[in-house]
Amino acid sequence: MPFIPHTEDDVRRMLDVIGADSIEQLFDEIPEELKCRSFDAIPEGLSEMEVAVIMQQRAAQDANGLCFIGAGSYDHHIPAAVWELTTRGEYYTAYTPYQAEASQGTLQLLYEYQSMMTALTGMDVSNASLYDGASGLAEGVLMAVRVNRKSKSRRVLVPRTLHPAYRKTVDTIVRNQKIELVELPFDSATGKTDLAALEQYAGEDITALIIPQPNFFGVLEDVDAMTDWAAANNTLTIAAVNPLSLAILKPPGEWGDSGVDICVGEGQPLGIPMSSGGPNYGFMCCKQQHVRQMPGRIIGRTVDLDGKPGYALTLQAREQHIRRSKATSNICTNQGLMVTASTIHMALMGGEGLAHTAGACHANTQNLVGMLTALEGVDRRFDSPVFHEQVLTLDAPVAEVLHALSEQNVLGGYALANDYPELGNCLLVCATEKRTDTQMQTFADTLDRVLSTHRKGN
Amino acid sequence: MSNTPSDLKYTKSHEWIRDNGDGTVTLGITDHAQELLGDLVFVEVPESGTEVEAGGEIAVVESVKAASDVYSPVTGEVVEANEALADAPESVNDSPYEDGWICKIRLSDTSQLEALMDADSYATHAEEEEH
Repeated sequence: MPFIPHTEDDVRRMLDVIGADSIEQLFDEIPEELKCRSFDAIPEGLSEMEVAVIMQQRAAQDANGLCFIGAGSYDHHIPAAVWELTTRGEYYTAYTPYQAEASQGTLQLLYEYQSMMTALTGMDVSNASLYDGASGLAEGVLMAVRVNRKSKSRRVLVPRTLHPAYRKTVDTIVRNQKIELVELPFDSATGKTDLAALEQYAGEDITALIIPQPNFFGVLEDVDAMTDWAAANNTLTIAAVNPLSLAILKPPGEWGDSGVDICVGEGQPLGIPMSSGGPNYGFMCCKQQHVRQMPGRIIGRTVDLDGKPGYALTLQAREQHIRRSKATSNICTNQGLMVTASTIHMALMGGEGLAHTAGACHANTQNLVGMLTALEGVDRRFDSPVFHEQVLTLDAPVAEVLHALSEQNVLGGYALANDYPELGNCLLVCATEKRTDTQMQTFADTLDRVLSTHRKGN
Repeated sequence: MSNTPSDLKYTKSHEWIRDNGDGTVTLGITDHAQELLGDLVFVEVPESGTEVEAGGEIAVVESVKAASDVYSPVTGEVVEANEALADAPESVNDSPYEDGWICKIRLSDTSQLEALMDADSYATHAEEEEH
């Protein structure tokens, strides 16, 4: 049964009214050669039963191993109450309501989300979320270029330690907007952005500096020094942070003498399952003085004529339905459902719960690294403090090792050679609060066997 | 009926221009424009030193309803912006021709002013737009 509400009779009567012979006639203005006549690549439809069989087969192909992969998406515990509440009918809407003020419950939730994010980041203002962390950073770059009107160069410094997918996404979105992205190298010993390389740009017209914390290697950057350098150079700062880490690390609003200008990141660690890489959500916060250039929606608290509190969309005048191509963003969707889950997650965990989780992740990763580096052929690559990820060097090809581990149901980490040819034999590992001592011991024992098998094979 | 002082020049896009007699002009939006926009909540003024082309965007006035561009009808360089609008955007509503001025521009060529509308032409234009 086709799920199309119009009967043939409906269609014919509508065509009669507008004086057209057929629906095809409505598309006459499209040149013939551009029309797609058939959909050969799309197979015939299947019944629900047939689809269920296929999907079960495919689901069974998923690796259900012990996860020690981080690299931007993290295997955290999500209390059952979070998604039980989120999927209640009252909340289960994936998008900004179009009659916004009729949905006071959703607006109140978004307002509370914004309040939590400003508390976590130490910033003045939060928007109601963006599409994901990577596109959120691209929005941060575009916003910084709009805000920093004294700078004419449209040059943005991007550390090589920033997540590779974020670097690609930012490049894709801003490349054709006359913005120049300049890569900042990292120190090979510490895994941190090289401050000497940054210093070379002192006195130059640099519009913005991105500061990842922790960086892709898990390493904590010299965020105070970088923020202060930028402030002294009339360069705007954009922090790209893991929100969970902020429960125990200094918030970006307090970096350096005056804090960063814009703070973005990926919300997935706060109550969103890993689920094949999405949907996630991006967050964005900024200083009050920059708020009019902030993309996306902001919910404000106000009072009605009777003095009762209520919530309203605010600062809408620069959004795309009013400003069109001059809007602060044209991809400023928010992720209503993900933010709902995240807000409930944060409310349930509380500041103390989040700090406890972040601390457990850090401690587990330290334990794991201790166990792994005790093995022959495994070493720490960088000598720097980390949050909950660490780069290790192996004395065997990482891709082969990861494959052998996965056959033993251990997802052993992320091979950095994919993105960093200079880190060819390096593995990025992560142990969240969910990993037990036994699981970590299993990883260490399995890795030991894999490496010694490899040595015998040579 | 909106106020359109006779000593000023006007544009079709509802800016006013005052000839300061020293090679500079002062620019703002008309009483009629501020009435259409409603209560202003923010005015984004240009940086001093900005080079502006006739017909180019020079400022943004934001009300609760809309954010609208302000265009410069003249070519020149911005020599001063009304920074007081940052804290008091309502000046544009209360006093569009005095306290609510937006910026001052040094003209590249003073003959540019001749092409602008006088108060009567602008009043007629604004009235026609209404209908």
